[in-house]
Amino acid sequence: MSASPNSRGGAAMRLRGLVRKEFFQILRDPSSIAIAFLMPVVLLLVFGYGVSLDADHIPIAVVAEQPSGDTAAFVASMRHNRYFSLTEVGDMRAAETAMMAGRVNGIIHLRADFGRRLRSTDGAPIQVIVNGVDANTGRIISGYVQGAWGQWLQEVARARGEQLNTPVDLEPRVWFNSELRSRNFLVPGLIAIIMTLIGAMLTALVMAREWERGTMEALMVTPVAIRELLLGKLIPYFVLGMGGMALSVAMALFLFHVPLRGSLWLLTIASALFLLVALAMGLLISIIAKNQFVAGQVALVVTFLPAFILSGFLFDIDSMPAVVQLLTHVIAARYFVAILQTIFMAGNVWPVILSNAFALLVMALLFFAVVRRKARKRLE
Amino acid sequence: MWRRIFALVKKELLTLLQDKRSRFVVIGPPLLQLLVFGYAASFDLNHVSVAVYNEDGGVASRQLIARFEGSPNFRLVRNVQSHAEIAPLIDNREALLLLHIGPQFGRDLTVGTPAPLQVIIDGRDSNTALIALNYVRTIVTDFNRAWTRDHNLQGPPANLQIRAWFNPNLESRWFIIPGIVGLLTLVVTMVVTSLSVAREREQGTFDQLLVTPLRPTEILIGKALPGVIIGLFEATLIITVAVFWFDVPLRGHLLTLYTGVLLFLLSAIGAGLMISSLAVTQQQGLLGAFLFLVPAIILSGFATPIANMPAVVQKITLIDPLRYFMVILRGVFLEGTPFHLLIDQFWPMAAIGICTLAIAGWLFRHRMY
Amino acid sequence: MGEGGYAITFARVDKCFSVGPRRVEALRGVDLTVRPGVVTGLIGPDGAGKTTLMRLAAGLLRADAGRVSVLGLDADHDALQVQSAIGYMPQRFGLYEDLSVQENLDLYADLQGVPPAQRAARYAELMHMTGLGPFTRRLAGHLSGGMKQKLGLACTLVRAPRLLLLDEPTVGVDPVSRRELWAIVYRLVQDERMSVLLSTAYLDEAERCAEVILMHEGQVLSHGEPAGFGRYLAGRTFAVEVPPDSSKRALQTRLSERAGVIDAVIQKEHVRLVLAEAIDPATFDVLHGLDYRPVEPRFEDHFIASLRKQQSGGGGNGTEVHASRHGDDGEAVIKVERLQRRFGDFYAVKDVSFDVHRGEVFGLLGANGAGKSTTFRMLCGLLPASGGQLRVAGVDLRRAAAAARQRIGYMSQKFSLYGSLSVTQNLEFFASAYGLSGMRRGERIAWALETFELTGQQQAASADLPLGYKQRLALACALMHEPDILFLDEPTSGVDPLARREFWHRINALAEAGVTVLVTTHFMEEAEYCDRLAIMAAGEILSLGTPTEVKAAARSAQTPDPSMEDAFIALIEQHAAEAAA
Repeated sequence: MSASPNSRGGAAMRLRGLVRKEFFQILRDPSSIAIAFLMPVVLLLVFGYGVSLDADHIPIAVVAEQPSGDTAAFVASMRHNRYFSLTEVGDMRAAETAMMAGRVNGIIHLRADFGRRLRSTDGAPIQVIVNGVDANTGRIISGYVQGAWGQWLQEVARARGEQLNTPVDLEPRVWFNSELRSRNFLVPGLIAIIMTLIGAMLTALVMAREWERGTMEALMVTPVAIRELLLGKLIPYFVLGMGGMALSVAMALFLFHVPLRGSLWLLTIASALFLLVALAMGLLISIIAKNQFVAGQVALVVTFLPAFILSGFLFDIDSMPAVVQLLTHVIAARYFVAILQTIFMAGNVWPVILSNAFALLVMALLFFAVVRRKARKRLE
Repeated sequence: MWRRIFALVKKELLTLLQDKRSRFVVIGPPLLQLLVFGYAASFDLNHVSVAVYNEDGGVASRQLIARFEGSPNFRLVRNVQSHAEIAPLIDNREALLLLHIGPQFGRDLTVGTPAPLQVIIDGRDSNTALIALNYVRTIVTDFNRAWTRDHNLQGPPANLQIRAWFNPNLESRWFIIPGIVGLLTLVVTMVVTSLSVAREREQGTFDQLLVTPLRPTEILIGKALPGVIIGLFEATLIITVAVFWFDVPLRGHLLTLYTGVLLFLLSAIGAGLMISSLAVTQQQGLLGAFLFLVPAIILSGFATPIANMPAVVQKITLIDPLRYFMVILRGVFLEGTPFHLLIDQFWPMAAIGICTLAIAGWLFRHRMY
Repeated sequence: MGEGGYAITFARVDKCFSVGPRRVEALRGVDLTVRPGVVTGLIGPDGAGKTTLMRLAAGLLRADAGRVSVLGLDADHDALQVQSAIGYMPQRFGLYEDLSVQENLDLYADLQGVPPAQRAARYAELMHMTGLGPFTRRLAGHLSGGMKQKLGLACTLVRAPRLLLLDEPTVGVDPVSRRELWAIVYRLVQDERMSVLLSTAYLDEAERCAEVILMHEGQVLSHGEPAGFGRYLAGRTFAVEVPPDSSKRALQTRLSERAGVIDAVIQKEHVRLVLAEAIDPATFDVLHGLDYRPVEPRFEDHFIASLRKQQSGGGGNGTEVHASRHGDDGEAVIKVERLQRRFGDFYAVKDVSFDVHRGEVFGLLGANGAGKSTTFRMLCGLLPASGGQLRVAGVDLRRAAAAARQRIGYMSQKFSLYGSLSVTQNLEFFASAYGLSGMRRGERIAWALETFELTGQQQAASADLPLGYKQRLALACALMHEPDILFLDEPTSGVDPLARREFWHRINALAEAGVTVLVTTHFMEEAEYCDRLAIMAAGEILSLGTPTEVKAAARSAQTPDPSMEDAFIALIEQHAAEAAA
């Protein structure tokens, strides 16, 4: 009366049974659904609104030691700049105190002889002090000040009817993201991180749970083959993960207005590939850990922080020391971040996509090979 | 009372540190992460890949290019020969930016009309693009200044003299590493505390504790102190590495720093214990810890300034203890901020700590099913 | 059928595990055969290697040496084929609690490759057999313990296997469900000619098997028909009447402390005695002045006798457990009146009232989910009551000051100790938690190590201890501060008969010393040790009184001398009938 364990029909039936069981469990256990759908929404909202490198209305103190028409004209020109929010302060002491207390991020200091030296050959010095604690913001501020200063020079030259001497004139052109909106590159990167979390957390916990509840032992004595067991876990969570992915992409497009210049199907294929790597990683963690506590801790340590810091999502990989760069090659998120940023902002750039997709494929195969080797249909 | 608490603390520390694997989880990853992230987490750009399309070929253009070659920030990867090569170069990420010098460049310079230098930059990572562009601007400004001086031309009527306080070379490592101190201290305390009650609940030992004459307050202190001890140890370790390995200056007073560390530990442990006593199973505890940890890090101003966030999100950051600790860490490390200027950062952490601990203590007895 | 017609053959099988730094030899040169078409019982104390043996037969473990052949197949090499021919129900059967009964069945039908066309008939048959028919849509997690076990069995049986392996299928199951499970097993053997290998901790179940294999420390001690086992004990087993001036417990204690006595247990209204070979009862001085009559040896006598021989010298009888205190003075130490506990609209405990006097052993009996543990947790102050009154030593522990808890000791169901801490560290912690210090703390720890015979295991992590040791350690921790009242929640569940005897010996001594003991259990024979007991079902007390009174209430024409188990089943059935009416 029993079908042979090796027949094809038997395998399909077993797999179908396992997948269906997993779906029932997902539907009844709100925590899986929460991980798959609530987490992307919450994280994207938090990250999407919380993580922004675009500074505007930076508080800056202006100290004009001897206010005059010249200083007023300079300050007025600076005020035009939307990046600054200027406060005029009486003297340097007050400005320095404000900076120490974190009320301003920079000081523009115009000396008493500003007006006089403006008309001398060397020109007047404008002292700019930025708070260097946050080096990135400091650099952004000094860039903005330079830009505003250039504008002001043009205005002065025009007013005097002179030609401004700029031997080389910089003409920057930013491709793909001409307004330099940081959200455009942060949101795709975030999707990669969220998918890492979903993939690894979901599978790491569910497999460990089967061990803990004793259901694994019961499954193992049925004629089910180990590959069917693994596939039975993989398929449902793959579907769930792709659902989470679709939700994240929709939020990126319609809530954060990130442009999608590449094709959607390519995005889907790349996501599928990446999700396989993440799921395989989760499976591996849970096969090795066998209890939820350790699996959870390992998943937390090896997924989130490395993906956050080493994927190139926030910090430029090329600028890291060689050893660390080497290390980033084992972070799957790195490849996915590159693919996502390209597909969203640049379009179907085949060399970038193919090389990174290939890396993902290799990782997926590698992980599955290890999972397959480690997973034994035995209890020891 | 103290004897009982001491016994509890001893038991907690033994369960945590006696097992080789869990001892490793507490000590290994944070140290490793500090080293890796200390090197990795930086907004500074080195070796930005640059391609050059020089249609002029004259002396002036070569001088300008030499300035890029001489800068540690840039790395020349290719000399482009035609327009058609540009797009694939940028698209395929072979070069982050391209300098285009037109055929008229040398003539314009000698005649005195502004000579355009076109820069095409990959904006996919807008932050990197912005920083790279700033580097380019600095080189061009220096070149201009040298050119005006050498050719006795009239310079601009005013010059900028930009100085950065506290971090003169604008090294973002100085900014990031004190942040990592906070980050890792938080992660370790969460790992230690967020499962401590949930695990005892699941194993049934928590009931055993509750039927002893231990009071909830004593259990609370007994659960919190190991976190403080491990957190202090961990923070000290990380601070030592930051100062002696990464050479981050420690300008402020150690007392100020450790006041901050203690208050931060109080608030982090409070949050961890609250999550833990709210959770019935370890899985819930873990999930809760995670859902606290991620936003707490993102919204702390660790990587991106709080000032850049929308007003509503800025309000939310007020309940994030890490936010205050970041200010203290960076202030004490880099600015040498004195104690009294940090009081506004101290009291919110104390308040968060007291509230969460009180809730945790109440939950010990009142959350049973 | 397989090799020489046997369903299972083990040939010189060894199996080792490493637990922490130690190596444990789970099986040592095991040779055995299991006959087809009958029920074979696998009996032995904890750690005897029963589960390892089952798992080897199911192809889940690989033997270090020797050969395991199942239905003529090699269990290691042809594991997948073996697995598609057998049914195996592990100790904790892995039911998916968030799946319904039907969905669990469907899953296993898919995994076992049952053709869809045959399913309807098979399901109907299984549902009829297990009585789960009305509950097919219910989530498995919402079933009672006995029903879960029956569902586990049904899942194992969706494709009628030729060999059925059952690992302790009746642990933690109430007598009614236990009886039903056995009925199913018998039917399978009779109707489908199935071979069954079943391990159990209940010795009375061994007598229901066609053959019994007795194991100890990884070796087979004896193998044969259960009736034949005890034959050599003929003339050495007696039922001793309790004299009017003594109690059953006192008599049992007195008898068991004597050399020459292999076993003395309370059985119904008398004490059952097994004597060593050389003793003639007529000249044995302990029996002077006592009424006794010879009885038939049973399997349990053989079990105890052969294990006592294995670990001669051990036993640990007769140790002073507690300083003597005044006895029963009639004062109610625990008072419970109309106690209620509601979860949502479900009453876990409704209108329960009883009191317990000083020095009394009071038992709460019932199936899983009867409300025993909930009552317990309320008494210990771990759970607030929804209604009614309760007083422990004059106070409500939930509201009383922490110091009031100094008077109670509590041992929970799962022997809740800190697994990663060593025995000494656990003792030290609980001593300090109860406020002991200095000399006193040292004395008590030394006392605990000695009395509970833990001296050799001081440094072992308590998680790695055998179950019997864990139970002793848990009891030692609960007694560190010499409490007046002891709460024991299923203290013997999963523990083998030898350890259970030892445990009750200690409890008896405590009660004699004036400690009030409140205990829950689902071992019916243990109810005989209680002074008074309450039988609970569905949150209510069905019967309350001394064991004799409770049994007397269940006396009927069919069962003139009911055992506690008979009484229990009668009460439950009567209750169910009333509920249905």
